[in-house]
Amino acid sequence: MITKRIIPCLDVKNGRVVKGVNFEGLSDVASPVELAKYYSSCGADELVFYDITASAEGRALFTDILTQTAKSVFIPLTVGGGINTVADFDRVLKCGADKVSVNSGAIRNPDLVYEAAKLYGDQCVVISADVKRVDGVFRVFAKGGRVNTGMEAIEWIRRCVDNGAGEVVLNSIDTDGVKGGFDLEMLDAVCQVVNVPVIASGGAGKIEDFLTLFKALPKVDAGLAASIFHFGEVKIADLKAAMKDAGIPTRL
Amino acid sequence: MIAIIDYGVGNLFSLKSSFAAIGQEAVVTSDPKVIEAADRVILPGVGAFGDAAQKLRQSGMAQVVKDQAAKGKPIMGICLGMQLLFDKSCEYGEHEGLGLIHGNIRPISEIIKRGLKIPHIGWNALIMKKESALFKYLSEGDCVYFVHSYYAADCDENTTATAEYSAELTASVENGNVYGCQFHPEKSGEVGLNILRAFCEI
Repeated sequence: MITKRIIPCLDVKNGRVVKGVNFEGLSDVASPVELAKYYSSCGADELVFYDITASAEGRALFTDILTQTAKSVFIPLTVGGGINTVADFDRVLKCGADKVSVNSGAIRNPDLVYEAAKLYGDQCVVISADVKRVDGVFRVFAKGGRVNTGMEAIEWIRRCVDNGAGEVVLNSIDTDGVKGGFDLEMLDAVCQVVNVPVIASGGAGKIEDFLTLFKALPKVDAGLAASIFHFGEVKIADLKAAMKDAGIPTRL
Repeated sequence: MIAIIDYGVGNLFSLKSSFAAIGQEAVVTSDPKVIEAADRVILPGVGAFGDAAQKLRQSGMAQVVKDQAAKGKPIMGICLGMQLLFDKSCEYGEHEGLGLIHGNIRPISEIIKRGLKIPHIGWNALIMKKESALFKYLSEGDCVYFVHSYYAADCDENTTATAEYSAELTASVENGNVYGCQFHPEKSGEVGLNILRAFCEI
């Protein structure tokens, strides 16, 4: 049986991990390579690198970091941030990324998912959606969750999957940062309409939130989080042991 | 030295890096002389069978792989590279493979429960079926990383491990000196590196 994946997300700016990181035994907590190795050794099933750099220099640093990471970490690597064209896909895949996640780029250019999937295969293309309730309707937000596109989210995600997206990361803006648990209602709505892996993001605050997620929504394949892992509030080894105890298929 | 065969499909970066990580020299090459001189051969591959099989033939690499296999050199196919070792595939039409392992490549939709997601993607546990030199450092239930929509059928005799996805899907095969992994050892963490390590010790 396929195991449920636990995915730490690292925000990288100018070649360094941002958001506070506090680990004992790591010589350089802001080094993406060191952190990636650390997470991999703790049992992370996959890593997401999110490039939040704006400058060209920062971008070059990012690809350099990605190459170094891919040389030393042997679990799937997903890269997101600043992916607007097929050339961007090409750039990060050549550095060792296995999957590429698109967000605003797919909103701006609706053909991007289709073109990339045709070139690199569906399994390579991840659609990442920032979604928020507006007057009771799920809406897609762009630019890191700042701009309401007005598009209905569930239909938009379904269309991206039809166009070749092989995986969906659903980030609920409503639950993000609240640490009160994942947005089960929103996730369920997405799981109803797609038959590709769905990765839950936004809202995890403790181990139980992951257990609730996988118990309540067996169609969800993975849970993604950032700060709770970086701050050590949830240790991946403890989380996976708890998942195993709860009867959730887990890779230890 | 390990020759990773380059015939124009797939990203070989991780594969090369994973051999470096276990202290083995690996070269990505399509030079028959280099492949001839190598101790071991890796046949990688992603994408569609028909297209890859055609590229393998056009590049001359199909014959090179067959010759090396006939000489008894350890050869390992990975993912689509494993599927190419078989007799034939029915992925978008019928295509001939290398025929180094008997069996056929068929869609997993034919045997898995309806409604399950395709591709079979993610970490799944190996169910050992036979002893294999590749499993030297593994334990029952170790997980490896899969991404595939087709599987090797009609090959029970050569199947060394499977993975459960409502049906048992062929995970690894072996026929003498020819080995195949449906999963990606180069993406399967320490377990995957241990499989490559074992392959280098054959």
